[in-house]
Amino acid sequence: MMMSRILKYRELLLGAIILALIAAFSLRAPGFATPRNLAGIFNDTSILIILALGQMAVILTKSIDLSVAANLAFTGMAVAMLNAAYPGIPLPLLIGAAMAIGAVLGAVNGFMVWIIGIPPIVATLGTLTIYRGLAFVLSGGAWVNQTQMTSAFLDTPRIPLLGLPLNGWTALLVIAVIAVIFMRTGFGRALYASGGNPTAALYAGIDVGRTRFFAFVLSGTLAGLCGYLWVARYAVAYVDIAAGFELDTVAACVIGGISTLGGIGSVAGAVLGALFLGVIKNALPVIDISPFWQMAISGLVIIIAVLFNARQERRKGRLILRDAARSPAPAAAEGAAA
Amino acid sequence: MSTMPLDKPTVRRIPDKLSTPAARLLGSWESLLAAVAIAIFFANSLASPHFLDPWNLSDATYNFTEKAMIAFAMTLLIISGEIDLSVAAIIALASTAMGAAAQMGFGAPALVGIGLGAGLLCGAFNGLLVARIGLPSIVVTIGTMSLFRGIAQIVLGDKAYGGYPADFAWFGQGYMSDLSWWPSWPGFEVVTFEMVAFLVFAILFGVLLHMTAFGRRIYAIGNNAFAAEFSGIPVRRTKFVLFLLTGLMSGVAAVCLTSRLGSTRHSIAAGWELEIITMTVLGGVSILGGSGSIGGVVLAAVVMGLVTFGLGLLNVPGIVMSIFTGLLLILVIALPIVVRRLRASS
Repeated sequence: MMMSRILKYRELLLGAIILALIAAFSLRAPGFATPRNLAGIFNDTSILIILALGQMAVILTKSIDLSVAANLAFTGMAVAMLNAAYPGIPLPLLIGAAMAIGAVLGAVNGFMVWIIGIPPIVATLGTLTIYRGLAFVLSGGAWVNQTQMTSAFLDTPRIPLLGLPLNGWTALLVIAVIAVIFMRTGFGRALYASGGNPTAALYAGIDVGRTRFFAFVLSGTLAGLCGYLWVARYAVAYVDIAAGFELDTVAACVIGGISTLGGIGSVAGAVLGALFLGVIKNALPVIDISPFWQMAISGLVIIIAVLFNARQERRKGRLILRDAARSPAPAAAEGAAA
Repeated sequence: MSTMPLDKPTVRRIPDKLSTPAARLLGSWESLLAAVAIAIFFANSLASPHFLDPWNLSDATYNFTEKAMIAFAMTLLIISGEIDLSVAAIIALASTAMGAAAQMGFGAPALVGIGLGAGLLCGAFNGLLVARIGLPSIVVTIGTMSLFRGIAQIVLGDKAYGGYPADFAWFGQGYMSDLSWWPSWPGFEVVTFEMVAFLVFAILFGVLLHMTAFGRRIYAIGNNAFAAEFSGIPVRRTKFVLFLLTGLMSGVAAVCLTSRLGSTRHSIAAGWELEIITMTVLGGVSILGGSGSIGGVVLAAVVMGLVTFGLGLLNVPGIVMSIFTGLLLILVIALPIVVRRLRASS
């Protein structure tokens, strides 16, 4: 009860901050808050939103996936080369292939975490370099340029529908599907349970390891989808695309209130966290601040968000013992009051 | 399922006889690493005729000396149960600070002071957030990694700082034989300043971790921070000092690297945090905290340096080498787990 009220408050707060930012920016640049520009910002942030939702699934289970951007680079390169070599392959098949390759790469992470028991941060730090290295091996370091890819491959995500390109609609679709999975299915419950309290989840009959595995597969699948979207959006595939983007996905989650300790967070939070970064990224050039500021600003925002999250997590009362050790009498009184 | 704490009660068998020190040494991670290092050394000298040239080998040490100096501090930090992903970003910020100071005409001693000071400040900031306020170090240092490198990016933009004073170049490029007191024995002329710094810091950190009460406390904290606190160990203060040390060593590496490159861009040392953590974990330090040794990390640094150098002599591109680094990282963590499980089932 208490928790859900704080969470609701948090998402409202984040939404209000984003609206305030948009209002402030539109004072400086009147064209900023037009529906057209806002749709453009949403479209520009779509890939981050989709990746953040995959990252969220993993973080909910008390893990982290640092390989999403490398996965994106590899799958993007793979489908771009497929498209360049065999222009006859229909687009749905290519998108399916991208998601399948992404899922396999995600499953490799999940396998290492589930079956072998490697800590997730180490496993995905390793695959981060391996996947990007494999993208180099696959392409031989060469670029796949706009002229080599078919127009259907490049232009489909740009087709506007009701003022929003299909790229943006894809993000909306993914948000809807993920929201249903997280809030209305057993797998969604298992995600929250295995991060919130793995021991209790085990006694409730949830296979925590398997849940983690499928969280990584989900994250990989979405990264694969984004591999296609990224290459189509920027009309070029090379080894270093989206370098460092994995940190943006973690940042979006942290800003959105997804606890890195697992088990806490909402789909709306992750989406708003991504949008927050998207609005700032798009606003900086508008208000004449060099894009070189973006990295420092997102770093600062991450730290502030972690501070904010910590206050929230502390309410769970896990630290009673430590507080009691420091000052026995008052802590005992507090315990009685609670 | 092995990660589940309550899955199976741990059974500790008491062995019939205690292993002798010699047997323990033979079966240790360090001796395995030493064997690997020797094997790679031989493989390299067979693969390329240029490998055994002393000047070449001296050059090869630059592959690991700077990273290893940070890895020593990172070892202590990881043993205590924390991690610092911002080390490479600290290098970028410290190097930018030194570059800015060089533009203003400061001399080499002042530049070194500024580099170390910037490292210390960054370490203190991490320490404040993690040890003082109690935030999780992984997320905090992902944030400060963005922040520190972001500040370097704001200052530098797409430009580069150069024009360091001539005597500043010695830290990253100089040989010890430039000093009058250095003995002129055969073979000693190829020893660089960085090699000596690497060895000195290895000894300092080795003594600190393995021979002082402070070192024992780090293990105690990593194994059970609660129990450590109840035994009167100042957990937070110790962790704060460890973040300070890591920042300081990043400053030292920044001095060496900037001096070696002679210029500063905002992308300096990009991705190093990964290689430094790989080096630490390869050295036998448990990523979950509580165990590890400086000797292992020294050997791991040499192994990684030899592998990189050998592959470089064979014209393998850097990004393909990173596949080996990634595989190495996963294998060295997976192997002990798999071996332990096989042993338990037999």
